[in-house]
Amino acid sequence: MDQAAQSIALTPKDFKSALKPVWCPGCGDFAVLNAITKALAFMGLPREEVALISGIGCSSRIAAYTSVYGFHGVHGRALALASGLKAARPDLTVLVAGGDGDGLSIGGNHFIHACRRNMDMTYIIMDNEVYGMTKGQASPTTAPDWADSKLTPHGTGIRPFQPAGLALTAGASFIARGFTGDPNGLAKILVAAMEHKGFSFVQALSPCPTFRPEQMQWKHHVKAFDEEISTNPIEAARRIQADDGMSTGIIYQHEHPVFRPGTGVDNGMGSIESEFKI
Amino acid sequence: MNSQNTCDISLAITGSGGAGSITAGELLLSLAGKNGCFGMMRRSFGPQIRGGEAAALVRISHQAVECMNDSFDLLLALDWNNADRFAEEIALRPDSLIIADPAAGDIPEAFRDLGVEIIEVPMKALAKDITAGRPNMVALGLLSHWLGFCSDEAGKLIDQVFGKKGEEITGGSRTAFTAGFTEPLIVAAREARPRPERGDRSFKGERWHFNGNQGCGLGAIRGGIRFAAAYPITPASDLLEWLSPRLEQLGGSLVQAEDELASINMVIGASFGGVPSLTATSGPGLALMTEAMGLAVASEIPAVVVNVMRGGPSTGIPTKSEQVDLNMAVYGLHGDAPHLVLGALDHADCILTTEWAVRLAEALQTVAIVLTDQNLAQSTVLIPEPNYQLPEIAGRLIAQPTDGYQRYELTASGVSPMAIPGTASSTYVADGLEHTESGKPSTAAADHLAQLEKRSRKIHSFDFGKHWADVRGEGRTAILTWGSSSAVAREAGSRLRAAGHDVKVIALRLLLPASPEKLANELKGVGRVLIVEQSHSKQFHHYLRAYYDIEADTRTLARPGPLPITPAEIVEKIDNWS
Repeated sequence: MDQAAQSIALTPKDFKSALKPVWCPGCGDFAVLNAITKALAFMGLPREEVALISGIGCSSRIAAYTSVYGFHGVHGRALALASGLKAARPDLTVLVAGGDGDGLSIGGNHFIHACRRNMDMTYIIMDNEVYGMTKGQASPTTAPDWADSKLTPHGTGIRPFQPAGLALTAGASFIARGFTGDPNGLAKILVAAMEHKGFSFVQALSPCPTFRPEQMQWKHHVKAFDEEISTNPIEAARRIQADDGMSTGIIYQHEHPVFRPGTGVDNGMGSIESEFKI
Repeated sequence: MNSQNTCDISLAITGSGGAGSITAGELLLSLAGKNGCFGMMRRSFGPQIRGGEAAALVRISHQAVECMNDSFDLLLALDWNNADRFAEEIALRPDSLIIADPAAGDIPEAFRDLGVEIIEVPMKALAKDITAGRPNMVALGLLSHWLGFCSDEAGKLIDQVFGKKGEEITGGSRTAFTAGFTEPLIVAAREARPRPERGDRSFKGERWHFNGNQGCGLGAIRGGIRFAAAYPITPASDLLEWLSPRLEQLGGSLVQAEDELASINMVIGASFGGVPSLTATSGPGLALMTEAMGLAVASEIPAVVVNVMRGGPSTGIPTKSEQVDLNMAVYGLHGDAPHLVLGALDHADCILTTEWAVRLAEALQTVAIVLTDQNLAQSTVLIPEPNYQLPEIAGRLIAQPTDGYQRYELTASGVSPMAIPGTASSTYVADGLEHTESGKPSTAAADHLAQLEKRSRKIHSFDFGKHWADVRGEGRTAILTWGSSSAVAREAGSRLRAAGHDVKVIALRLLLPASPEKLANELKGVGRVLIVEQSHSKQFHHYLRAYYDIEADTRTLARPGPLPITPAEIVEKIDNWS
């Protein structure tokens, strides 16, 4: 089969690897994996032209569960890995995925700078408001009164980040929220995110049945934003602030200049070597 | 030895920031090249961002020099603002000479008490009478006369350097230069002293003019680096600034990262994408990068880090030199993480060592740390065009499209073919988790052992050839050193040999993996070893104790920065061995 025909024929299943996820039964992350593979199949991308980069945590294991190129890096640095890859290889479709701790705590600096840098890539935070792999500690999106962690037995006492608001302030050009209880809706958001030219941020509400079983009730609270996509950051900020964090849909999209370093052609070493001569 | 009467002259030009002492020094070094000489210049600054004080420390010789001399023959002070701060850096002898402006006030005690001869030239007043004339150009004229340089060449150089700034500045600079060059006081003083011998100035080859950071930059791009990520840090920033436009000229790119954690991860990401990649930093930045270097080792992604050492720990003395990140480079990675550490020995060697490091990192799919220091990085040399011949090293082993591709296949060499994104049928996940041959995460003892041995094998079974060290001379006494101390040790070796000692100088270029058998071979018949390094805690000595067996009577010359080790210190240590 020639390559073009092969790529047309790919189904979501073709984008999955043979590995069995380490995730707990009922974990929202399965739905994120499904949404990603659906979106990739829908877009008809050849597997070898996609790279999925992740950090460390339950959700960051996702790279190994797809059949595209992947990099499972160190904790918090997935966006930096991905930025280097995209700078060197602008031809690739670059996806980045990880958890709320990975992306907003240890990787927080890279998150705001990736938003600001606006390279053409898609970042999915699989948000379950907890560190699962280390067995249940509060993350930057955990409510201040969640007292079920041995590390913070009185709750964190500090207000959580609002990831969409943070992304907006930092300059992200595409901001959306999806829910793993609606994998088709999430897949649609991911397609729009990947089609967006620039840095697209998708917060995927992804319940943790093990350490946050109460999140299994999210399906009763999640609702769609009843407004159209905003292209106005002031309006988008109002919507984010007015919302309880459970509304889904594309919140904000705006065309900003995409950062693409080094678009020069190779002029050879000659003139550089001659600079050294007196 | 009164070297004012030879053609190996060391001089210092000091002034407050903005007085132009650095510009004068740079022009003087360029003129040296045009007058058949070689030389070197170190810049010394205080910690101020702008202003403060600045000194150009210049050595000019008819022979190529690779380090500064022990003391200075001549100090020219444009003014004396904060000059006390340079006193310990500018060692004068009783027979040295000071040229100073009488308008600049009293000569500081630190200099005056030496009883050296002082010539007072009103440089400021001379410049004031010239439209767009500046005292530093008068100083350049004075020094050019003192050194016997050709004034026509100076005029041409001034036109070339200041041409862009317009006729008024160029003309003013030329006139000020001539005022200094023909200044009667200096002409008379020069006449009163014996003329320096010209020495052999028959060298007809190309002269190169560059600093160590530029040398590393050139080595990097010669090695094939086409992506760099950068976070500014003294004294590595100017290496990154040098690379930025040049990578673009080569169709590559540089990204300024948000921090060092990002820059090393960007490098790893770009290299995963198939593009040879590098970053440069200094001590504190290297500390931040060590976690990700472990990732590059485990996931077998080539990555090169040039670490320009400075005084530490912490912010330490960021504008001065010390050889103190050896421990971190050798031992700083977590886990059992075989990697490469190389140290550049001199300015020309910055080119060779960085190119070699890039080629090795690519061939062995691992991390290479190149250690240089502020001393090399920010001093400029004027030397014969460096020529070297690295052994043939195969480039990165790239996987062709294959079904059943195994990224971490256990090969005999330990190097396995690497698939580059875009290659069909060979998609894989690079992983910092321990893994099987296919890259599947694994905690099995057998997989861990197999992958540890693979990563070790590819480095330890590789033939690094003759470039592991630079060895000069023969003798029962050996000086064993590394990094920028090597050039100093070589000069000490030459002096000792001239005085009748048989001395061998061994400078280690490849620090990891260690080469115990090669060193043992070089130390056959050596009875005394002097270990020379610029580190208070003797990091190099401890490294040698860890990896090598040295049976000879061993002494150390180890002291901290910021003052450079001098050839005289080494000579003295060997002279007073017993």
